[in-house]
Amino acid sequence: MDILANLAGGFVTAFEPLNLALMVLGCFLGLMIGAIPGLGSVNGVAILLPITFVVPPTAAIIFLAAIYYGAMYGGAISSIMLGIPGASTAVATTFDGRPLALKGFADRALVAAAVASFVGGTVSIILFTLFAPPLADFALRFGPSEEFALMMVAFATFVGLGGDDIPKTLLMILLGLVLSTVGLDEISGRPRLIFFDISGFYKGISFIVLAIGIYGIGEMLWTVEQAKGKVEIAQHTVNFARVLNGIRLLKPTLRTMGLSSLLGYFVGMLPAAGATPGSLMAYGLTKSMSKNPQLYGKGELAGVVAPEAANNAASTGALLPMMTLGIPGSPTTAIILGGMIIWGLTPGPMLFIEQSEFVWGLTASLYAANLVTVIMNLALIPVFIWVLRMPFTILAPLIYVLCLVGGYAPDNVMHDVWLILIFGVAGYALRKLDYPMAPLVLAIVLGPLAERSFRQTLIAEQGDWTVWATRPISAVCMLIALALFLYPLILGFRRRRAAAAAGMEMQG
Amino acid sequence: MRAAELSTAALLAVFSCYLMWHSVALPIGWVEEAGPGGGAFPFWLSLGMLVFSAVIFYRGWRGATPQGGSSEPFIDPDSRGILLVTVLSVTALIGLTHVIGAYASIFLFMLFYVGGVGRHRWYTTIAVAVSVPVILFFFFEIGMKIFLPKGITEPLFYPLYRIFL
Amino acid sequence: MTSKSRLLAATAMTFGLGVLGAHDAAAEWKPFKPVEFIIMAGQGGGADRLARFIQSIVEKHDLSPMPFIPINKGGGSGAEGLRYLKDKEGDPHVIMATLNSYYTTPLRQPEVGVDISEFTPIARLAEDYFVLWVSADSPDKDLDSYVANVKEKGKKWRMGGTGTGQEDSLVTTMLENDLGLTMTYVPFKGGGDVAKALIGDHIESTVNNPSEQMGFFEADKSRPIAAFTEERIAAFPDTPTFKELGHPDLVYQMQRSVVAPGGIDKDVQDFYINVFKQVYESQEWQDYCKSEALECAWLADGELQDYFMKEQEKHRKILQDMGELPS
Repeated sequence: MDILANLAGGFVTAFEPLNLALMVLGCFLGLMIGAIPGLGSVNGVAILLPITFVVPPTAAIIFLAAIYYGAMYGGAISSIMLGIPGASTAVATTFDGRPLALKGFADRALVAAAVASFVGGTVSIILFTLFAPPLADFALRFGPSEEFALMMVAFATFVGLGGDDIPKTLLMILLGLVLSTVGLDEISGRPRLIFFDISGFYKGISFIVLAIGIYGIGEMLWTVEQAKGKVEIAQHTVNFARVLNGIRLLKPTLRTMGLSSLLGYFVGMLPAAGATPGSLMAYGLTKSMSKNPQLYGKGELAGVVAPEAANNAASTGALLPMMTLGIPGSPTTAIILGGMIIWGLTPGPMLFIEQSEFVWGLTASLYAANLVTVIMNLALIPVFIWVLRMPFTILAPLIYVLCLVGGYAPDNVMHDVWLILIFGVAGYALRKLDYPMAPLVLAIVLGPLAERSFRQTLIAEQGDWTVWATRPISAVCMLIALALFLYPLILGFRRRRAAAAAGMEMQG
Repeated sequence: MRAAELSTAALLAVFSCYLMWHSVALPIGWVEEAGPGGGAFPFWLSLGMLVFSAVIFYRGWRGATPQGGSSEPFIDPDSRGILLVTVLSVTALIGLTHVIGAYASIFLFMLFYVGGVGRHRWYTTIAVAVSVPVILFFFFEIGMKIFLPKGITEPLFYPLYRIFL
Repeated sequence: MTSKSRLLAATAMTFGLGVLGAHDAAAEWKPFKPVEFIIMAGQGGGADRLARFIQSIVEKHDLSPMPFIPINKGGGSGAEGLRYLKDKEGDPHVIMATLNSYYTTPLRQPEVGVDISEFTPIARLAEDYFVLWVSADSPDKDLDSYVANVKEKGKKWRMGGTGTGQEDSLVTTMLENDLGLTMTYVPFKGGGDVAKALIGDHIESTVNNPSEQMGFFEADKSRPIAAFTEERIAAFPDTPTFKELGHPDLVYQMQRSVVAPGGIDKDVQDFYINVFKQVYESQEWQDYCKSEALECAWLADGELQDYFMKEQEKHRKILQDMGELPS
């Protein structure tokens, strides 16, 4: 009852005219910023942070949270329509969103993304409302060894993501992991793999650069080749009935939505993880649990639903350690955290007690922002579809330009733009030879987390490997990882034997 | 296709050796009190890459992969021209950005791609080529405060800064 | 102030001619395009937060005609930012927020080719403290019991800190050498991760900055043992300094300064010094120092350069003691 009363008070705060106006504005800005490849919530929040110093703290955090939320939705838009992840959190959305768009079902994918985001957001806000403090305590129990075990679970879910060629899949995972080590070795504090002594490599190879290269430039080259230069992406029509129908089609994916939301929330809540691994794991898990995993990557609706539900859930999850422990779970929350300190609020265990009006105002505005964004998103779908109807020879150069500008934006170096071109061309060639791209991109995200936690554990335990078996959370994660790892391998082996047998019959 | 499969596997093998050579700059074994050395992670993983590229090469050689046994050309001959034009024009776009800045290069690139490759009417071409850099300028520089490189065209932007910032 | 007295000297010179008349030649120097405010650390860390806060003060009080644009160049412990600043020699529209890796990174990574004496000093705005922390559940209430406990546990005692070869590991080494301890140093990504690891019992002690532990301290989840300062920190009046406990060498601070590339004009330097002087004197800054338990400590221009040189020598010595540098 206490919670309901608090929440009601929060809604009163959230619906004050200034707060409501800022919320709507924030959602819109976030949606737009998130939709540009290379720009994500972190940019929006960083840019608009100074503006928040002129309004009261509650209004300020509502504004920032709305941007944060809007950007999560927005990321899906360019993933689906252009095949370029609008933000790192939306990479997994391209896997099935893009094929759907190519088949002419962009509207379905967009509806799926919007609704799944809404569900993910709502589930996680409810969890946030009910269990914030105990969950925060649980998150504290994740030390380096638990983090590494969790990374193993993440990697295990990716095995199912690869193509049929297992050596090529494994090679791509390894390549991604090695590329992720470029730059500074955090543990020893020394630079490594600085290719040709180019100073641009000091900051490492960012995930978004690789993703834009492969999915932006690489994908476009592929499209250009397939269509010999005259591409009509697909016939696209959209009207209200189709949007409604799109919502109806989502019914079978409800379970996926629920599970992915929970998973996303949980992973997002852990410090150092954030929404990107959350969405990737949800996709991998959904695929490996599916009865028809072979349909994934070719335009399966559940493949859009899973990552989108998870990334929105995770984005709320990431707010939890920030608010309750003062530890940011992502760069965006780090900046919001900085903002809170500047507004004179000290995040941490005391925040919920001393600033409960602020906390509940934020919570209520999360509910409201979620609703505002889903409505806004559904209403804007016709506009997005209209973009796809542009002639290819106008759309294509626009995409190239967006890729390059978007690649420059995060770090302001031309070095990244050249890398995008190189990754684009290399990715195009590798893709033609059936090297799967998803494991490569995933590995570069998780590589640094995995390496750091692995080495921290061994340092802290003085080389004692058994911690992964003796610490309860680690051990459970390791067992799950093992099960996930073996399951698709066995399935794949069986399928290939069946296929081989069928092939023999054909020949015979 | 077969040649591409084999040469890619070989290239990846060479690349993993290059990565290993880079990794040994830092210790790759166990360092007393500091756990695995800084080079360990990249080194052993690159070694794994080498192994798998060898496997891929072998399977390609035997024709066990679809590509290894395929005699189709790697790139569709009909698409070769447009692909080459695309890659070269994007390279030129990036290269020119260093000299004349992003906005001028984007203008030229759009002019070339929309007008030259797409053969749209001249007024469409001009409209697109002008509006794209203008919209980008207002979105990135004025809205997002992200400043794109300008090269020698930088002084042209000072008055704009004074008006809009 | 100083910059006004230089009004006459700074006449039609500098950039007036090349700028299509965009520059008001009669006035003192002012930026005529956005100023890149480089942060030699990644997003979300203490240095980043501070720089963004400074930027917001500049914006709020309209201290500069052109905005300061924060750009993170933290790669290679700040090597990326240092290298960038060196390559921007003579560019009046770049400044950089520094921390102590400003000294250590050029020493540890000579291949970057940066000599900080070539940069132009602008201003030091604050110094951050270091405090020895244990979890509130720990039996250690004072330094003596801490030392006894660490001696007993030896290598099993885990000290957490940010990175290796940066401030936390330097302070840890100083602590080990001075008190005759050996412990295991576990590097983390950022101060927040370290703080969380302490509360979650994944490490036994830390040398966090006060701001990183403030939230937990107020919630009675962590306990300060002693401070690496000359005098007691106002926010922790009950916490003794190492100095008063008989360890006068255990004093270490993190500087928060701003520098510009080498080869810029004197009036450009004066413009920035003036901006940061106003930032420093603003109510927001003074409040921030108080709430984050920083020491507002102004130093500028030549005095700052002398300070930098002295500190770099000090760090060279610590690094040599650690075996990170050949003596």
